[in-house]
Amino acid sequence: MFSYYLKLGWLSIRRNPLLSTLMVAAIAIGIGASMTIITVNYVMSSNPIPQKSEQLFYVQLDSGDTNIPDDVGFEPPDQMTYLDAMALMKAGKAYRQIASNRSSLVLEPQGEGERPFNVDTRNTWSDFFPMFDLSFIYGSGWDDSADNNLERVVVLSKEINEKVFGGENSVGRSVRLNGMDFQVVGVMDEFLPVPKFYDVTNGAFNEPEEIFIPFNVAVEYELPRNGNTNCWKSPEGEGFQAFLNSECAWIQFWAELRNDQEKQEYMAWLNAYAEQQKEFGRFPRPLNNRLSDVMEWMAIQEVVDDDAQVMLGLSMLFLLVCLLNTIGLLLAKFLGKSGDIGLRRALGASRSSLFIQHMIESGLIGLGGGVIGLGLTWLGLRGIEMLFGDIVENLVGLDWTMVLTAIALAIVSALLAGLYPTWRACRIAPASQLKIQ
Amino acid sequence: MLSMQNISMVYRAGLVETHALREFSLEVKEGDFVSVTGPSGSGKTTFLNIAGMLERFTGGRYELDGRDVSSLSDAEASAVRNEKIGFVFQGFNLIPDLNLFDNVDVPLRYRGFKSAERKRRIEKVLETVGLASRMKHLPSQLSGGQQQRVAIARALAGEPRFLLADEPTGNLDTHMAMSVMELISEINRNGTTIIMVTHDPALAEMASRNVHILDGRVSDNSLDTRLPHVATA
Repeated sequence: MFSYYLKLGWLSIRRNPLLSTLMVAAIAIGIGASMTIITVNYVMSSNPIPQKSEQLFYVQLDSGDTNIPDDVGFEPPDQMTYLDAMALMKAGKAYRQIASNRSSLVLEPQGEGERPFNVDTRNTWSDFFPMFDLSFIYGSGWDDSADNNLERVVVLSKEINEKVFGGENSVGRSVRLNGMDFQVVGVMDEFLPVPKFYDVTNGAFNEPEEIFIPFNVAVEYELPRNGNTNCWKSPEGEGFQAFLNSECAWIQFWAELRNDQEKQEYMAWLNAYAEQQKEFGRFPRPLNNRLSDVMEWMAIQEVVDDDAQVMLGLSMLFLLVCLLNTIGLLLAKFLGKSGDIGLRRALGASRSSLFIQHMIESGLIGLGGGVIGLGLTWLGLRGIEMLFGDIVENLVGLDWTMVLTAIALAIVSALLAGLYPTWRACRIAPASQLKIQ
Repeated sequence: MLSMQNISMVYRAGLVETHALREFSLEVKEGDFVSVTGPSGSGKTTFLNIAGMLERFTGGRYELDGRDVSSLSDAEASAVRNEKIGFVFQGFNLIPDLNLFDNVDVPLRYRGFKSAERKRRIEKVLETVGLASRMKHLPSQLSGGQQQRVAIARALAGEPRFLLADEPTGNLDTHMAMSVMELISEINRNGTTIIMVTHDPALAEMASRNVHILDGRVSDNSLDTRLPHVATA
């Protein structure tokens, strides 16, 4: 009977094209508006590294401000001081760990006539690449000897390798950054995590850096930092070394812990470290160290901010308004078919079979609304891209999940809208309709 | 086969009550061809609607094939209607955007027949009414008489035991009306019980029995189909 009901639904839609078009349009507009916002929220809140997100932990040490009362629920700093980051790296208590920060350097191309340009770089450790499952087109990441021996090596993104070396295998060649030569050891494949989970403090939806440099090298050569720095008290003294020894937090720290036991042991070690620091007069606040996995960290950092959620709520309200319009239109359509319904009742259709028939018709209208709504969603996302530029480029893609979600949402919406009109239609007294035909 | 005992039907609109049927009793036996006559507003159509289980009555007892229909659920009543009763209406009531084949197919779909069985039955009944060659035509492409023949074919496709006809020739000219009546008589001769509401004395005389209704009651229920008076429209 399902195919029969589909046929009847299609005939009914064709019978009254204007009314049907209005209903499909109402659903399409509601779906287009809501799916545009849902898609942006979905991408913003998606898991950027699902295969490992529960094993990667962002580390927070509460080395913080004594001026803030203990009872205000003060969150530990979202970055770490150089002293603590180096202590954690040296201890090596995690399966893998990295300290990292962001820089902006000047790259000087070696081709004649080519002009220098700025590149975003990340100063990090050799574990960065296996820890975040990065794959390479050429070469590989550097090993820990490069970390320890201050080797001037770099890993390039696919894009910068394209730009500087025309996409060729550049392993072994050198790039000049801020006047120093660095040897290329690897070229990464496409790497575009959304959100950019490993450093949300510098923009959760910014593109990843173009060049990766050993952290120790960046410190050794005092490469300029480009990111947030929070100091709850001023460095004691002048110069870069005083800054490194200060309570200024500017480093993001990640640890890979493969199971609960490793996590508990690591947390215990962090607390012991904090207690030890207290003995040296640091860490004045009560113990408040944190290990947050990727999705917990995204939530703590409110990657999907309140504005986006308000927009989501408003878009769903708009969909509701469109559905209320659809209910009115469906009511007019179904009650206009009362003669047909009365006849079918006389010929043996039960109320339940008529209910199914009309719900399938509602679903067909929803399907039409969903397909057109997808087109409107695509336009909406392009509109957002045009309005806000490159900053949202990574947020405005429609994947299969969202396509199916749009269709499903449209059909479910139409079915909900069809409930009352269908119920009313099924209550039509057949005798009265047959007499007036 | 069809037994109504003291059936009453009251329509209520606010404080106003209208008695469409009062203590209406009737027995119809298998193979009967009953014409139902009476003046306008006498309760003919109400009787037919109750007989066809399109309306629920407010009092009395109605048995169809020995089964009390008042206690049937909607699904059960629909199934009984589908299997045992065929309807023919004055206005043909064909679905305009379905061709003849699909129009006749409607009750068979609700019966749950397989495709091959439905096809066999549809072709057979359209052959019976002389429209087998036009099964892909739309109702609008047929004359009134042909449309009523399709409606009769639709009513017969499920091989019902009852055919309820409400002014089946009311929208037809004399020639077409006689043609349709001959078809209905033939259906009755083949064993289908027919109850036909009409205001036309000539058509009523073609039945084997006439029931005259006046003010919601059976005023004459005899084998003599000649009417006691001229029925009014």
